[in-house]
Amino acid sequence: MEAGKRKIRVLLAKPGLDGHDRGAKVVGMLLRNAGMEVVYTGLRQSIDQIVTAAVQEDVDVIALSILSGVHISLCRKLLTKLEENRMRELPVIVGGVIPPKDIEALKAMGVAEVFPVHSTFDQILGFFKERFDTVPATP
Amino acid sequence: MEPMKEVAAARNRWKEELGRNKTVSRAATSWGHELDVVYGPDDLDHIDYVRDIGFPGMFPFTRGVHPSMYRGRLWTMRQYAGFGTPEETNSHFKYLLEQGQMGLSVAFDLPTQIGYDSDDPLVEDEVGRVGVAVDSLRDMELIFEGIPLGAITTSFTINPTAAIILAMYLAVGEKQGVSPERIGGTLQNDILKEYMARGTQIFPLRPSLRLTGDIVEYCTGLVPRMNTISICGYHMREAGCGLVNEVVYCLLDAMVYVEEALKRGIPIDRFAPRLSFLLGCGMNLFEEVAKFRATRRLWSKILKERFGAKNSQSMKFRVFSGSLGSVFAAQEPLNNIVRGTLETLVAVMAGCQSIHTTSFDEAYDLPTEQSVQIALRTQQIIAYETDAASVADPMGGSYFLEYLTGKIEKEVEREMARIEEKGGLLKALEEGAIQRDIARQAFEAEQKIQSGEKVLVGVNRFVSGQKPYEGVLHQAGGGVLEKQLTRLKQVKAQRNNDRVRRALEAVRTAACQETNLMAPILSAVREYATVGEICATLKGVFGQYREVGF
Repeated sequence: MEAGKRKIRVLLAKPGLDGHDRGAKVVGMLLRNAGMEVVYTGLRQSIDQIVTAAVQEDVDVIALSILSGVHISLCRKLLTKLEENRMRELPVIVGGVIPPKDIEALKAMGVAEVFPVHSTFDQILGFFKERFDTVPATP
Repeated sequence: MEPMKEVAAARNRWKEELGRNKTVSRAATSWGHELDVVYGPDDLDHIDYVRDIGFPGMFPFTRGVHPSMYRGRLWTMRQYAGFGTPEETNSHFKYLLEQGQMGLSVAFDLPTQIGYDSDDPLVEDEVGRVGVAVDSLRDMELIFEGIPLGAITTSFTINPTAAIILAMYLAVGEKQGVSPERIGGTLQNDILKEYMARGTQIFPLRPSLRLTGDIVEYCTGLVPRMNTISICGYHMREAGCGLVNEVVYCLLDAMVYVEEALKRGIPIDRFAPRLSFLLGCGMNLFEEVAKFRATRRLWSKILKERFGAKNSQSMKFRVFSGSLGSVFAAQEPLNNIVRGTLETLVAVMAGCQSIHTTSFDEAYDLPTEQSVQIALRTQQIIAYETDAASVADPMGGSYFLEYLTGKIEKEVEREMARIEEKGGLLKALEEGAIQRDIARQAFEAEQKIQSGEKVLVGVNRFVSGQKPYEGVLHQAGGGVLEKQLTRLKQVKAQRNNDRVRRALEAVRTAACQETNLMAPILSAVREYATVGEICATLKGVFGQYREVGF
């Protein structure tokens, strides 16, 4: 990381009622080890709470973890809310249990990247490297 | 038994031979204990058959909890599944009963599990999605319409709202003329594991424990055929903790519940026989079977020596096992049928009382009818086409297995002692130490897969470069939300709202005191107070759980 450059700030969020946070925590640790600031919202966040946190924490990325099958409707709601708040530039990435057929739909909606089950560490870090033009430290 | 001197001498000769091999690869248990190349009677020298292994159905129950095991009764094939509306659930149950199944299993949607009504704006995407939606007694009446509660048993996967669901089930029984002492089944009702891994907790720790104790106390007296808690290790394991810790957390949780019941003056032998357990089964055949044997031995000793149980029924670790989905792969998902088969075989060889086989499309969505059928067939093929169920504890006596059983027992005891020395499970949970430890183990496990150190066929080794899975996936049924909203409106319009108000007030009063909450909750439920209303009342007194920072 270049001297003087601030760390990438990621809001890691569990929207909806799903309580499975293994994936979110693993990715959170991965990103922290790679030198990013990770703000984890905890479980059971509403879309409003996520957007508020994104503003308050001044994050560079919103990362959602969704395992209960509600990814299409939740992403739609989040992206609409971001649009309403003129935050459309803020990239949203989603990980979790996402069937292959939904990946294109999510991207068409405006999700920056989708990381289904067993996406590799390299793929996830690769997104940040490309997007923010930094070289994250090897975890 | 061969004189050990001769065995030792033979082993030395074997070691010499072995030394001539250029390469002997290393092997270790999943928790890192180095394994020898072969095990023999000299590794089991300290074991006393009667004291340590014994016979099934007899202390210390290493070989099984019942004398006849599967020769008396096969394990229950209990596939966990959910349906959107109470009517659909009712049809499905009737179908299953027609097929000869005598045990029903109810999966609830997340709003019901977490205490929200279907009309709460926060939950509209979740109504009826992962299980049936229950808002009021009306929904429970529909689920069990035409099903005689006195003739079946029902398993409820429900935790913080278990008291409400139990009350509804009892109320349905009342309407059918079935008295509570004839009502049988199992409540999961294991709140501690929610904070650790499953995430449906509502209230803070201490009031939640109180509620659990209220259920145990109430059922011990009035609903004696209800298994009051299904104490889980499975969820922590799926969350990433290893095999040893799965047992450690499960047993420590169990001891907290036992102490909660004892605090109320309920004699150990009155409630302990109704405690049941839930562990996962993984693919390491020997470790996993050893795990169940070690756990049975440990539990029976804990009940006998620590809690002074006299009734052998109190000492039995009766267990439902779910095959671990966290070791399944998204790539080449049909391989998961093989994984599920191995895990199910483990559960059978380990002598579990009921088994759930995870479906191969687990990484993508809820199972389809086809993938559930394959899962069920897996159990049936093992049961009827193999000899796995022919005798009790068929792997018992294997040198490797008995060695591992002893090793796991010691590892678990050591880790339990370590947590107790540091202030006990509740303290560790309140401080977030357990949650952090599970997350750390999950991260390390993922690192090993990413680096290839842990092989996952089709994922990091023998990768075929196949296109992503394009098979048929589960389709969520439509119209559930609308139906629930309509019904909820009707119920609220038709009930006596004054009586509901007073009943909720009585719940609030009981919550503030030390009176058992079951009776007031039952009264409220009879008036068609909703899950959300009762939970809001309890939240008003207990507060809401605040997650520890990550």
